[in-house]
Amino acid sequence: MKNNKILRIIILILSCSAGNSLFAQTISQGQQQPVINPGHTAWMIVATILVLLMTIPGLAFFYGGLVRQKNILNILMQCFITTAVITVQWIFFGYSLSFSSSHGFLAPFIGGFDWAFLNNIGINDVCPFFISQPIERIPHIVFILFQCMFAVITPALIIGAFAERIKFSGFLVFTILWATFVYDPIAHWLWCPDGWLYKLGAVDFAGGAVVHINAGIAALVTALLIGKRKNFHHVNIPPHNIPFVVLGAAMLWVGWFGFNAGSGLAADGLAANAFLVTHVCASVAAIVWILMDWIFNKKPTVIGIVTAAVAGLAAITPAAGFVNVTGAVIIGFVVSIICFCMVGVVKPLCGYDDTLDAFGVHGIAGIWGVLATGLLATPLVQNYTGLFYGSGALLGKQAIATLATIVYSGIVTFLLFKLVDFLIGIRASAKEESMGLDLTMHKETAYTNVD
Amino acid sequence: MKKIEAIIRKSTFDEVREALHGAEIDFFTYWDVTGIGNEKAGSIFRAKIYETRFIQRRVISFVCRDHLVEIAINAIIKSARTGELGDGKIFISNIEDSVRIRTGEHGPEALFIKE
Repeated sequence: MKNNKILRIIILILSCSAGNSLFAQTISQGQQQPVINPGHTAWMIVATILVLLMTIPGLAFFYGGLVRQKNILNILMQCFITTAVITVQWIFFGYSLSFSSSHGFLAPFIGGFDWAFLNNIGINDVCPFFISQPIERIPHIVFILFQCMFAVITPALIIGAFAERIKFSGFLVFTILWATFVYDPIAHWLWCPDGWLYKLGAVDFAGGAVVHINAGIAALVTALLIGKRKNFHHVNIPPHNIPFVVLGAAMLWVGWFGFNAGSGLAADGLAANAFLVTHVCASVAAIVWILMDWIFNKKPTVIGIVTAAVAGLAAITPAAGFVNVTGAVIIGFVVSIICFCMVGVVKPLCGYDDTLDAFGVHGIAGIWGVLATGLLATPLVQNYTGLFYGSGALLGKQAIATLATIVYSGIVTFLLFKLVDFLIGIRASAKEESMGLDLTMHKETAYTNVD
Repeated sequence: MKKIEAIIRKSTFDEVREALHGAEIDFFTYWDVTGIGNEKAGSIFRAKIYETRFIQRRVISFVCRDHLVEIAINAIIKSARTGELGDGKIFISNIEDSVRIRTGEHGPEALFIKE
């Protein structure tokens, strides 16, 4: 009896509060005050989790399977530590540098310290940023965490460039500096309403420039600066565990739905469109690559199909909120051809050692995706028109965004790399490299025959 | 014909391979092994360093013609020596015969490709 009574009281309170919040909502809608919408919030929390899934375990296993067995733990460790360190950096000052407003001539280039240590942000604050839902928004905190996952995965993508030969301490310092001086400003340019590229009108739905071009160019620069692996030329260095690569790539694909469909910051039609085009583009890219593998290399390969899926996903990222299915098919079709040529022809010709093709896949696919947004954006999705639908203006802005990202990321990555190399040294010694980084950096081995 | 089996450190494998190829040993077999002896190796598990007696090494094995034996042994010693305990050992044994499956050649003939 007593229990029943308590239950009834709880139900009464719950129904009252539900009624109240509904009431509050209708009032605020009348006044056009933005409010927190539980549906959008629920989806964005899930999307945030999906983006974390991309870094650990997705990217970690994708890269981990591609290296030799003496280096897999080092890759897993780098992905894990990046997640931890960049999260802390993001909370301390990274988020503030990326998304808050600053004053004076620096305002279009980098944020201030208003939100450092998440100062001035309460648990019930409504997110100041929105894409398609100006009234029904998500909590500010969810937005911070969602963006945090992007800040985490971007430096993690670069790991592929210098895998198997980097000193752990050097890597750690480089990653923190890179996130602060390269990622945060570029995120500010494109995603903060104060940013100069945002004001120019360049668009990047889920991070084609901010994440993929940025990481891809940094990968190319670091791969060139750190030098080739020992034996790179006269020994073919094969991946040690292809099932891991497939596992990681599949997790990337799943996680990418959070990455792209979450970037509308709401659970609505725009998110549904991003969801659809992401899936279609990855599938088309996978099929095209397999056909090329079959024609030029005689057999369709597993490494080929997973690489293509990742390239397709990277290419659709900036376009997911602007193109429809037709656009997705074209982007997926072309990205496979470009990336196939890049990693199969151009890279061997140039002879640089971008170990896991962070530039050849992410960088190139990102550049194509950002430019393709200017070609294929359709007014049927959002109010942006690409070249193929009648207006060339967006393409020009996209080209400026691409160029600015390439130049800034290239130069600052170069400087930071040289700085870290000068201060603590960044390349592992020849002996450490030949013994494997698992043992020499972490004193652990992934596979052992000890019972 | 002699069979040469050498247990070496994994870290010296690259140097040994280069040295053997320089000494006319064109192919050899290798595999990773774990040995248990008196030497101790450290391993870290959950915040604590443990001493284990499992020692990781690599075994290289090949059969060569008699006149190459000393050259090969010197090549291995030179490339695999660090001077510390645990550099490994080389074992040499006689081989009665060898047969190349493709041609049916017997003896030392089966061990190298005539130009």
